[in-house]
Amino acid sequence: MNGIPLFVVVPLGAAFIIPIFSRWIKGFSDIAGNLICAFLMGLSIYFIQNAGQTQHYFVGDWELIDGIPIGIMMVMDGLTILMLLVVNCIGFLVSLFAVHYMSRYTDKEKYYTLFMLMVAGMNGVVISGDLFNLFVFLEITAIASYALVAFGVEAEELEASFKYQVLGGTASALILLGIAIFYLQVKTLNLADASRVISSLSDKTGMVFVGVLFLTGFSLKSALMPFHAWLPDAHPSAPAPISAMLSGVVIKVLGVYTLVRLFFNVFGLQNMPAIQTVFLVLGTLSMVVGAFLALGQKDMKRLLAYSSISQVGYIVFAFGLGTPLGILGGLFHLLNHSVLKSLLFLNSGAVVYETESRDMDKLGGLIHKMPVTGTTSVIASLSMSGIPPMGGFFSKLIIVWAALDSGHPVLGGIAVLASIITLAYYAKLQKSVFLGEMTTAFKKVKEAPVLMCIPMVILAIVSIGLGLLLLPSVKDSLLGPAVQVIQDGLKYADKVLGGP
Amino acid sequence: MKGMTVIVRKITQLMVPSIFLLGIYVVVHGHLTPGGGFAGGVLLVGCFVLQILAYGSDEVHNEMKKWRASLSESIGIFMFLFIALIGLIRGGVFFYNTISKVQPHEGFRLFSGGLIPLSNIAIGIEVTAALFAIFLALAVFKVGRHA
Amino acid sequence: MTVYILAISLFLIGLYGVLVKRNLIKIVIGFMIMEYAINLLFVLVGYREGGTSPIVSEGMSSEIFVDPLPQALVLTAIVIGLGTTALLVSFAVRIYRKYDTFDVRKIRELRG
Repeated sequence: MNGIPLFVVVPLGAAFIIPIFSRWIKGFSDIAGNLICAFLMGLSIYFIQNAGQTQHYFVGDWELIDGIPIGIMMVMDGLTILMLLVVNCIGFLVSLFAVHYMSRYTDKEKYYTLFMLMVAGMNGVVISGDLFNLFVFLEITAIASYALVAFGVEAEELEASFKYQVLGGTASALILLGIAIFYLQVKTLNLADASRVISSLSDKTGMVFVGVLFLTGFSLKSALMPFHAWLPDAHPSAPAPISAMLSGVVIKVLGVYTLVRLFFNVFGLQNMPAIQTVFLVLGTLSMVVGAFLALGQKDMKRLLAYSSISQVGYIVFAFGLGTPLGILGGLFHLLNHSVLKSLLFLNSGAVVYETESRDMDKLGGLIHKMPVTGTTSVIASLSMSGIPPMGGFFSKLIIVWAALDSGHPVLGGIAVLASIITLAYYAKLQKSVFLGEMTTAFKKVKEAPVLMCIPMVILAIVSIGLGLLLLPSVKDSLLGPAVQVIQDGLKYADKVLGGP
Repeated sequence: MKGMTVIVRKITQLMVPSIFLLGIYVVVHGHLTPGGGFAGGVLLVGCFVLQILAYGSDEVHNEMKKWRASLSESIGIFMFLFIALIGLIRGGVFFYNTISKVQPHEGFRLFSGGLIPLSNIAIGIEVTAALFAIFLALAVFKVGRHA
Repeated sequence: MTVYILAISLFLIGLYGVLVKRNLIKIVIGFMIMEYAINLLFVLVGYREGGTSPIVSEGMSSEIFVDPLPQALVLTAIVIGLGTTALLVSFAVRIYRKYDTFDVRKIRELRG
């Protein structure tokens, strides 16, 4: 028996056990939530050894008939294993952090229920092999995150969550419309089977319409530039572990992963240079405008939210280049940004937990009193701005090199410019919050509790060591298969269904 | 909330058993007629909502409590997961349809679906409980105004 | 072909409601209209000329069945729409208690 459905079944079961048992046993939700997240992290690390092959799992044992799948399929290949690793590892570290942080809010067991649902939904998105399953799990994740953003029900959080819901709901409606018209043209919903049918279609105008609908819907979910309006309100208002999860994982799984999977493996991006241009334009716009808007912020978490928009622009720009070096740069930057942005949001959470303030004008000099938080924050900022020898430097270097290599020197120059602006606002963040003079109002703060420091230290160590992932032997085991899957494009169908 | 007049109460009293029976019929025959778990669950929750609207929540709040709805919802989901696990244990994959499909008499087609009527019943319980909890939260239990 | 155009114009009416209207409840109603339109389009996509309902029973004469896959998908999509709408409505109720108004232009605490 394959272990593939366990990624979805275990958190889903836990999400419904936790409210029942936590009524009778105190602290059950903490222990159960963290144990389940640790189990999922161990399972995803166990699956790294299979990164080279494509495994599939037929739900209900409905086998292929004449090579055509008729049931629900779950597929695990190199790209899936990379995304599962990101989701589950960061999920475990965030839930360690939340043990102390969420005790300031009421109803902690409802938090763990919603968190388990969100993790189950994200795992389901990456392992699903057909389009409607992907949509159902996308909706599960989205609804859980709407409720989690407004967890402490103050006026600001409700307004931010309502804005998030309206835009996210419109995105889901557009995606569902795209699926309906997709089914009208292609008559099947399985991703592998659909890619075969699409390459043999003679008239592709219907597919272009579907492509535009999917592009709009998923760009809304991943907050690329013209569709970014919900992110600067939703991410600061959420509690800090949820901001880390949203900014580090959710916008990448729901937005970037689905765009890559649909456009590279099903539609065949290499045949559509127009869509590549759209990726490049959206990516560049997000990079530059996100960086400029982040320069003028006074709220710490709002600055980090605008920085997320900018870095996701980098990732989509790298995928739009289309060359293998570009794809490697995009995936590596995705991995880097997940680790670093989660670390930065957890740091801001520790600062808020101790000082109850997010305003950068009032904070200052906190590194003397909170050494662990300050040091990890400085490490993360250096890596994100691209200072060698941290991991962030290598990923940005690969992206700029790929841009110059594939004949877009102007865009490569714009990427370097955006990187300089990134360095500027991260320097401003560090100087205002941690270095500098300390105000008298905060003389009594102390370091965050131990359970909150452990995830920050682990993430900082991982972020320094991420540069090592580019060594050839390590690269072949993890990043190499993922790049291979995307680069193979339409050969995904042959790998899953077994031969033409 | 207050209830309604005596005519409405009497007619509700007469109609609710029929609606309940129709709901159970739609749930259990999901593999033979249109309907199934979701549609039957919505019909079943209609009975409860009708009773609250007709009699007023002050009179029925001894019977229709919120924790019962939450507990029933979790039990419904567990039944569904348990049915998926039966498929796992006996067949090797989730949702494998292994319950025997023999028909004891001619024309009695209720067992011809294997695992499907059981999962319909689990979904029916879950949808009823969930919708009823939503109705209670939105219409009956009101939080006081914040300053 | 006409029925598809009518379903998509219903979707556009719902989209207009979400984008243009200023009252929170009208935005929620716009969402509901969009979901109805998409579910309708899905069921229409599965129609085949002269087909009957896709359940095999005794005494059946025709051999063309309507496509059963969109019907199963529409069931799931309706329930997802129900969950989304319930969450939106409860948020609208809570916002009214905090801000004392349903007007979107006045609910603007977050800026920048």
